[in-house]
Amino acid sequence: MKIRKLLVANRGEIAVRIIRAARELGLKTVQVHSAADVESLAVRMADEAVNIGPPHAARSYLNIDAILNAARETGADAVHPGYGFLAENAGFADAVTAAGLVFIGPSGDAIRTMGDKVAARVAAKKAGVPCVPGSEGRIDDPDEARRVAAQIGFPVMIKAAAGGGGRGIRIAHSMEEFETLMPQASAEAKAAFGDGGLYVEKVIERARHIEVQILADGRNAIHCFERECSLQRRRQKVWEEAPSAILPEKVRQELCASAVALAASTNYRGAGTLEYLYDDQSQSFYFIEMNTRIQVEHPVTEMITGIDLVREMISVCAGEPLRFSQSDVTRRGHSIEVRINAEDPAKNFMPAPGTVESLKVPGGPGTRFDTMLYAGYQVPPFYDSLLGKLIVWDETREGAITRMARALAELDVQGLATTKSLHQILATDPQVLASDVHTRWLEPWLEKNAHRLTQ
Amino acid sequence: MSKHLLSPLPGTFYRRPSPDKPPYKNDGDMVAEGEVIGLIEVMKSFTEVKAEAAGRIVKFIADNEEPVMAGQPLAEIG
Repeated sequence: MKIRKLLVANRGEIAVRIIRAARELGLKTVQVHSAADVESLAVRMADEAVNIGPPHAARSYLNIDAILNAARETGADAVHPGYGFLAENAGFADAVTAAGLVFIGPSGDAIRTMGDKVAARVAAKKAGVPCVPGSEGRIDDPDEARRVAAQIGFPVMIKAAAGGGGRGIRIAHSMEEFETLMPQASAEAKAAFGDGGLYVEKVIERARHIEVQILADGRNAIHCFERECSLQRRRQKVWEEAPSAILPEKVRQELCASAVALAASTNYRGAGTLEYLYDDQSQSFYFIEMNTRIQVEHPVTEMITGIDLVREMISVCAGEPLRFSQSDVTRRGHSIEVRINAEDPAKNFMPAPGTVESLKVPGGPGTRFDTMLYAGYQVPPFYDSLLGKLIVWDETREGAITRMARALAELDVQGLATTKSLHQILATDPQVLASDVHTRWLEPWLEKNAHRLTQ
Repeated sequence: MSKHLLSPLPGTFYRRPSPDKPPYKNDGDMVAEGEVIGLIEVMKSFTEVKAEAAGRIVKFIADNEEPVMAGQPLAEIG
């Protein structure tokens, strides 16, 4: 491999995961970190560590100059961005490349294309991938908006073309409501983004979130099957599975083939995920967006395919050809991941940073715990609340859920509140057992079951 | 007699509701009981910091975007 020393531009459990993969590839590692992460597990594990700034992420983990300086000082020749922070920042990918280093991810241009909702949609349509019915790009003319809304059918979602983070989104159930909401959405978009342009999209009610993992080397692209992540709270995934328990085999093949077609059409390199909404009733899937990075829930795919995704993404981005063809990728059994967050389910998931007084990690067959915790570790309040991911595998989904309940009972984190108890209750819920869920299932369930979360 | 307004939580202190908005309060401003003077971000979730009693903000002790511990003084209230 043409790289020797990998700089990890991230923190937490994913930094630990990347260091492990790098070590197996014979690479030296450099962990950049903020002043709040001096005692982090990743810093302790890496061959070298560089303090790049104060706790606030904007001044450390998002400081491109500081990261590139650290690479120069340590002689690193590649940068892995992990997820979050700068992972999908096209300017960062360009800057890393311009500095003569290897970016472990796609090109800045690929990130720009897939990161722009309208451009991604155009690329998807060109590759023959079905999208949520809606307007072709932005609409500035109210008559055009009315025509599109009537054509796709209500309810429709009105979104800001320049938007993000849910701002400017309105849902209209009728033309009458549409007339009221359209000017409001445009005014809010104008105020928030300086651009009143809108686009209109059909609302898929009771949809599942299904996503396809792909791997590509810039020439060839393959898929590693799908994950289902329908259990979400505030658009954050809490429980993820591979494969989806309800997807008919024929639809699975079409879905995965569409993801490969889209990745291949952009000469994609690295690991990526194409996210879709899936409608059980019509057995239709709709592309929503692509994440041009490794994802939190990647281990469930690793468990069913036996492919080390983090190791592979480093290898292909360092210029090695994909080691697998599509027919090499097979799946076996069922895997589930739950996110163990520093949040208190009894207090409406209030963040709960603190010190880990003691830690018992689950073990045994088909059980994996990806974490940055150790006994005595002080969880800083400055970053997200993910402490670890408990992942299990078994031959069947039923077996995996039983194993998850067993592993959760073994997991013991003393000193701070975690979301463990939520997962213990979910693992016994009849609808979860039947996979009778959708993306808006968990939030009402949490309201109904609030009393069970406050023991 | 002046008192310190303490951070209720550990995290990052913000003096503005969002980066493009003016600060909630400046040095010398009057505050009513329960009025918001800033935000604390803990693990990407935001909590409002409210004045416990009415008074005048003599000065802010913590800067915008400063990391703070629970119980750390944020402002001096006269």
